[in-house]
Amino acid sequence: MSTFAAQFLKHARVMSGDLRHRKIIRTALGNYEIARDQRQAAFQDWQGARQLAAVIKWEAVNHLDKYLEQFVAKLEARGTKVHWASTGDQAREIILQIVRDKKARSIIKSKAMTAEEIHLNDALEKAGLNVVENDLGEFIVQLRHEAPYHIVFPSMHLTRGEISELFQRELGSAPTNDPEELTMIARRVLRKKYLTADIGITGANFAIAETGMISITENEGNARLTAALPKTMVTLMGIEKVLPKLADLALFLPMLATMGTGQQITCYNTMYGGPRQPGESDGPEEWHIVLLDNHRTELLADAEQRDALHCIRCGACLNVCPIFRNVGGHTYGTTYSGPIGSVITPHLRGLQDWKHLSNASSLCGACTQTCPVKIDLHHHLLQNRRNAVKGKPAFFERLAYQAFGFVANRPALWSIAKKLGRLGQPLQKLVKGSALDPAKAWTQTRDLPPQPKESFKDWWTNRK
Amino acid sequence: MTITLFIPCFVDALFPCAGISMVQILEGLGHKVLCPEKISCCGQPPFNSGYWDEARTVAAPVLEQLKDAEAVVIGSGSCGAMVKKFYPELFASTPQAQLAKQISSRTWEFSDFLVGKLGITDLGAKFPHRVTFHDGCHGLRELGIKKSPRILLGHVQGLQLVEMSEAETCCGFGGTFAAKFPMISTAMGEVKCASAAETGAEYIVSNDSSCLMHLQGLLSRQGKPIKTIHLAEVLARQ
Ligand code: SF4
Repeated sequence: MSTFAAQFLKHARVMSGDLRHRKIIRTALGNYEIARDQRQAAFQDWQGARQLAAVIKWEAVNHLDKYLEQFVAKLEARGTKVHWASTGDQAREIILQIVRDKKARSIIKSKAMTAEEIHLNDALEKAGLNVVENDLGEFIVQLRHEAPYHIVFPSMHLTRGEISELFQRELGSAPTNDPEELTMIARRVLRKKYLTADIGITGANFAIAETGMISITENEGNARLTAALPKTMVTLMGIEKVLPKLADLALFLPMLATMGTGQQITCYNTMYGGPRQPGESDGPEEWHIVLLDNHRTELLADAEQRDALHCIRCGACLNVCPIFRNVGGHTYGTTYSGPIGSVITPHLRGLQDWKHLSNASSLCGACTQTCPVKIDLHHHLLQNRRNAVKGKPAFFERLAYQAFGFVANRPALWSIAKKLGRLGQPLQKLVKGSALDPAKAWTQTRDLPPQPKESFKDWWTNRK
Repeated sequence: MTITLFIPCFVDALFPCAGISMVQILEGLGHKVLCPEKISCCGQPPFNSGYWDEARTVAAPVLEQLKDAEAVVIGSGSCGAMVKKFYPELFASTPQAQLAKQISSRTWEFSDFLVGKLGITDLGAKFPHRVTFHDGCHGLRELGIKKSPRILLGHVQGLQLVEMSEAETCCGFGGTFAAKFPMISTAMGEVKCASAAETGAEYIVSNDSSCLMHLQGLLSRQGKPIKTIHLAEVLARQ
């Protein structure tokens, strides 16, 4: 078992019994579900919209080379510096070099999961920089020195009371339970940072090939300030974010808002097309875009699972996932959690080390049913399992299935096995749930059904 | 019609009443029922665990047994999905690919067969109880079965169906998942049971005995009064 798997099991065991956590998440997502359903109903044809989104993403991902070239050519024409990063290391080095060139000391950063993916903050802090996250949720988890809990709601696992305590401790603010006031406390701290930051780092929600622009969608206006105030802007984005046409946003922005937060459209939707142009009075003097591969092209080469690159990081599959809801985001131990995380982490970080995430699923398919871009999520989990076994079968598990196959194919043996099971039941009762119980994994929390004297097949044979 | 009834392995060993009820219902409708004795398991446990070679070893003889069947009826959404949806994938680019596809097109889950294929909605059953229905995930999302069981329950005399808020949420069984990740499986089951209890139902009914085995196991361990029963058993009560 990989150390990541052992960690996962350990945390999952604790979290799945944590009733307080279960209740917090259920309450938070209960409100989301109502809003999401209302917004979905406002689409004339939600299923049609999903289909269209999947087709557009298919086109973009299957001609990624063409669209990226278009995107980059347009960007460069307006003076944006484009960097290509094959790995997380390269991306970090590119950004650190920009920092060194600019002699920057302080950085303000809006939400970007790609930055989490490559542990950018760690690298910047190690280089002696002061980095402040300015999305409220990210700001909160940064103060707690923890990773975001969820790709859209980074601090959804915390109650208002806990956030207030955190602010009292870390920022010296007065206790309050009022969400507005909590936001104001964070805002007062953050506003100062914007004005003094040398560099602003953002992510991107979409990249438009046709016009060479990125689209950032948000609710707090923090990304706008990040892009507008510091002299240098750096955008880190995965190469799969490209959409062919500007008009595609007419579908994708409301879709992302619907599935991400249950909003018709988020409060701020901004397009960025380049640094400050001659004659313009504001905007960053320099804009760098770092295009991150980090194993995405390997996923692109996998025809079976390529559609995982369609993901618009709306988080909807996490929200409906009963595994996520019970073990929580941090248990996954990796940047992308929930169904999409379980699908892509083995591709991004190694199948054998991360296959346990694909196994930790009942394959219920709620994720696939909800995904707005129709990624075949739960079947990809099944394929990851198959690929993991192909690469490195577990000796005893395979042996067990071979034995199972041997018995299943021999009706006489099968019926003996059933009889043995029946005979064993009274014995098993004596050791129920203990270390000696062969069915312990089941019987610790559940009773086994009593095995009846007559099986169906016995009945069938006898009546003839 | 001659119906080949596929009795899942755990129904055979643990829940024979569900299988017997299916035979009684189908024969009661005037059909001839066959139960190939050589079929023991559809091969889902190795398949879901990633052991596709081993799954084919179990599944290949099943294809052989079902080769000439006019209609295959499976008393479980989960095993039904295995044969109908996953066999064609499991046997893709093997010599049995064509056969797997043919059998898939002739395979039905039990409730869907009654309503969708035979057009039966009322079996004259009586079950004077308040019940709630659990949608097994494979039946619901792989096979798209939602209405058929409810239509059938709607015609059972005395039965009152109360939907639970988490009807479509996974119960946490998930085959080998229940043993590999028992703590997560249990948490999921608790959520489901709590939702069922909210309805005040006396029974959780489902077309999947495997989900019910898991739920019943939790309920009886916790001493909860609510019981579980397979849809076919409800429909066979006169
Ligand atoms: S996989 Fe689908 S549902 Fe999940 S985050 Fe991505 S787009 Fe959203």
